Amino acid sequence: MIQQKLRRSMLFVPGSNVSMVCNAFIYQPDTVMFDLEDSVALSEKDSARLLVYHALQHFTYKDIETAVRVNPLNTPFGILDLEAAIRAGADIIRLPKTDSVDDVLEMEQEIADIENRIGRQKKTMMLAAIESALGVVNAVDIARSSKRLMGIALGAEDFVRDLRTQRTKAGSELMAARNQILLAARAAKISAFDSVFSDVKDKEGFVYEVNYIKGLGFDGKSLINPNQIPWLHKAFEPSIEDITWAQEVLEAAKDSKIRGLGVVSIDGKMVDAPIIARARWIVDLAKASGVLGEEV
Amino acid sequence: MNNLKTFTCTEKIKGENRETKLFTTIQEAIKASCLQDGMTISFHHAFRGGDLILNKVIDIIAAMGFKDLTLASSSLASIHDTLIAHIKSGVITQIYTSGLRGKLGEAISHGLMEKPVHIHSHGGRVHLIQSGELNIDVAFVGVPVSDVFGNANGHSGRSKCGSLGYVMSDAQYAKHVIILTEELVAYPNKPSSISQDQVDSVVVVDAVGDPAKIGAGETRMTSNPKELMLARLTTKVIEHSGLFKEGFSLQTGTGGASLATTVFLSEKMESKGITASFGLGGITGTMVYMLKRGLIKKLLDVQSFDEFAAKSLGENENHIEISANEYANPSSKGAAIKQLDIVVLSALEIDLDFNVNVITGSKGLLRGASGGHCDTAAEAKLSIIVAPLTRGRIPTITKRVNTIVTPGSSVDVVVTDQGIAVHPRHPELAAALKKAGLIVLDMHALYEKAMALCGEPQEIKYTDKVVALIRYRDGSIIDVVRQLAK
Amino acid sequence: MQQNIIPSHAGTLESSDLFVRILPKKEGGVSIELESSVCEIYADAIKKTVLECANAFGADGMSIIVQDKGALDYVIKARVQTALLRAFGMNELDWSVL
Repeated sequence: MIQQKLRRSMLFVPGSNVSMVCNAFIYQPDTVMFDLEDSVALSEKDSARLLVYHALQHFTYKDIETAVRVNPLNTPFGILDLEAAIRAGADIIRLPKTDSVDDVLEMEQEIADIENRIGRQKKTMMLAAIESALGVVNAVDIARSSKRLMGIALGAEDFVRDLRTQRTKAGSELMAARNQILLAARAAKISAFDSVFSDVKDKEGFVYEVNYIKGLGFDGKSLINPNQIPWLHKAFEPSIEDITWAQEVLEAAKDSKIRGLGVVSIDGKMVDAPIIARARWIVDLAKASGVLGEEV
Repeated sequence: MNNLKTFTCTEKIKGENRETKLFTTIQEAIKASCLQDGMTISFHHAFRGGDLILNKVIDIIAAMGFKDLTLASSSLASIHDTLIAHIKSGVITQIYTSGLRGKLGEAISHGLMEKPVHIHSHGGRVHLIQSGELNIDVAFVGVPVSDVFGNANGHSGRSKCGSLGYVMSDAQYAKHVIILTEELVAYPNKPSSISQDQVDSVVVVDAVGDPAKIGAGETRMTSNPKELMLARLTTKVIEHSGLFKEGFSLQTGTGGASLATTVFLSEKMESKGITASFGLGGITGTMVYMLKRGLIKKLLDVQSFDEFAAKSLGENENHIEISANEYANPSSKGAAIKQLDIVVLSALEIDLDFNVNVITGSKGLLRGASGGHCDTAAEAKLSIIVAPLTRGRIPTITKRVNTIVTPGSSVDVVVTDQGIAVHPRHPELAAALKKAGLIVLDMHALYEKAMALCGEPQEIKYTDKVVALIRYRDGSIIDVVRQLAK
Repeated sequence: MQQNIIPSHAGTLESSDLFVRILPKKEGGVSIELESSVCEIYADAIKKTVLECANAFGADGMSIIVQDKGALDYVIKARVQTALLRAFGMNELDWSVL
């Protein structure tokens, strides 16, 4: 199935960095991910939690999808983070390090409890970060473990440490994990997200990696710097040929609907529902990329 | 015929001292200039924050006991805060300048001076000089290199400042011109920016300026995401403006966003195979880079903004020095801005009527410069004002600017990080930019966004006393700045 | 109401943030000391927000000293509330006052 919402770019925002918290919306990532975990010092967990709590409710984040990476539930901070995020209306909870189905189910239970307690109607989604060999091995089960799960993401830094290797430009150390995570996500019909690219000055290396993971089939990538957003969106920009094709498909589909025809065809070739969905996705992508203006 | 003099052989040049213009001290040169109380002295700001001449000369003038002078500097920077003492003691009683900053700007905003400061544009200054209002008695011209006869330039020597564009008009019109040079070179130092027939005396000084502090913004590409975003949006506006075609012309300012715009625009020009006929105004290293890459055919340089530009001016025949009169004077027979297509400008504040303030900050203090802002906005085919919607909690888009420097009637597009406003007189341009995928909003919508973020600011309280007159380029008074209430 | 107030602080002096300190004082009431880079145009708005936060906590007998670097209103709230929670030694959050 093709995802409804575009999620090319997921921008990490340290919950303790006021300037980033106040400005991230400006750069229009598809999703903003406020972090309360690794980027926040132990002594500032409380202040970051409150800052993110208020930011999530601020009008600047009303039109943008928000995620919060909470601290693990076995720390004193996890449950407080979770309640703050859900009360403030976060769309997605990003689970820290997910090794097994149980990790997902435990979080799902806590989320459901909080939603019931505060009477939140809209169901909070979950995103599981897979950051260990065990997690990768269990990826298929993890991906299918909860209806709340909108996607799974690779956390490469911890993963390569677990593998006892390090990241390289070529990325062969991540090959198995990327393929496994992508297959698991697609089998469960959820999204797949690639890990961050840490050298914020290396545009060429970043774009190379984006083209690579896009080719594999990933929906998008976590980002650590707003400057990477335009590079990423550019790489995901559909070609003129793709856009023309997609517009023809949608036009034909509209036309056959108006004329009450059950079957759509272009140049005598049958066009079925998945093809129409794919065409719609390309047009959405083109609009989001700024390739198509308002007239579409 | 009867009243004409008959030739008598009294003049003898040969064998006489040929260094008659050379004085060993600034004091002697001042004495020889016949400077008197109440006169007007002028300086230039090619070294900006690195200027070492103005303070030194005024200290000497004060020590010599002069009073009631009018100071006409093409601009002033925070390094000139020491003027406060000379204003208090009555040495300086009136100022003409393009910019005021630092403690001096603050003190004047709080009523330091009896007479209001005249804030002029770069083009407007020449207009004031030519119209006779600004009558320069003695011009002090700091230069890195001169010969004994006063042929001087800014692009060679130890301390290069590059173009002497602003002082060329001063030297032309001043009654008395004193060259203060760091190095003396053999006669004739030609070609030169200041010419021997304009110069009365020459003094060698230890240091004229610190080129490292010309520092007009970054010389390296910014990594600030907001500046990069503004640059990307500005580039896109230029690309879809209808003016982006072979032979177009461009002026950009200083600062991260402006510099990044030239970099992004260069990429766009290369990929589309478009070259510009000329780049104008204050010239930066990135403009020099474009010249070297063949993306721009000529640079017309009134002020060199960094060491790369200063160096290039002396080396590249297509990098040409122009005077402020050739650059922007509205009453000049030919100001280059009248041939300009696109100018990219900054702003401290922009209001609902597109008026722009570049001179007073959010607290009502004088802390900026008029520069070529209103000159270029008025004459370029397309003026683009680039500014973040807010700076921290300070809104850039306001109901009414504190001070009008450039009227909204000469502003075409305002680019912020949260939307672009096109002046309502250009509906086709607005449509073209929308079609290109840019977020085009009504100025009121941008204002509402800024207010939603920052909240409605309190009114700043002023007294009735006028501390600065904002002179539009034609000499008229477009606005006044009042003294801040305690 | 007798309150045990622990001297506390929150935030930073970075641009767009604020640094807030809370100190117990003998007299009742809440006093606010404000220093801000946007004082001339937002002093009243900042004081109002700080006072609202303090009142919501039922604060009494404390000085709140704010050094503001142009923080947005919600940042002021977050920082002052953090300082108040720390001053009262509260870990569990009372959502009704935030």
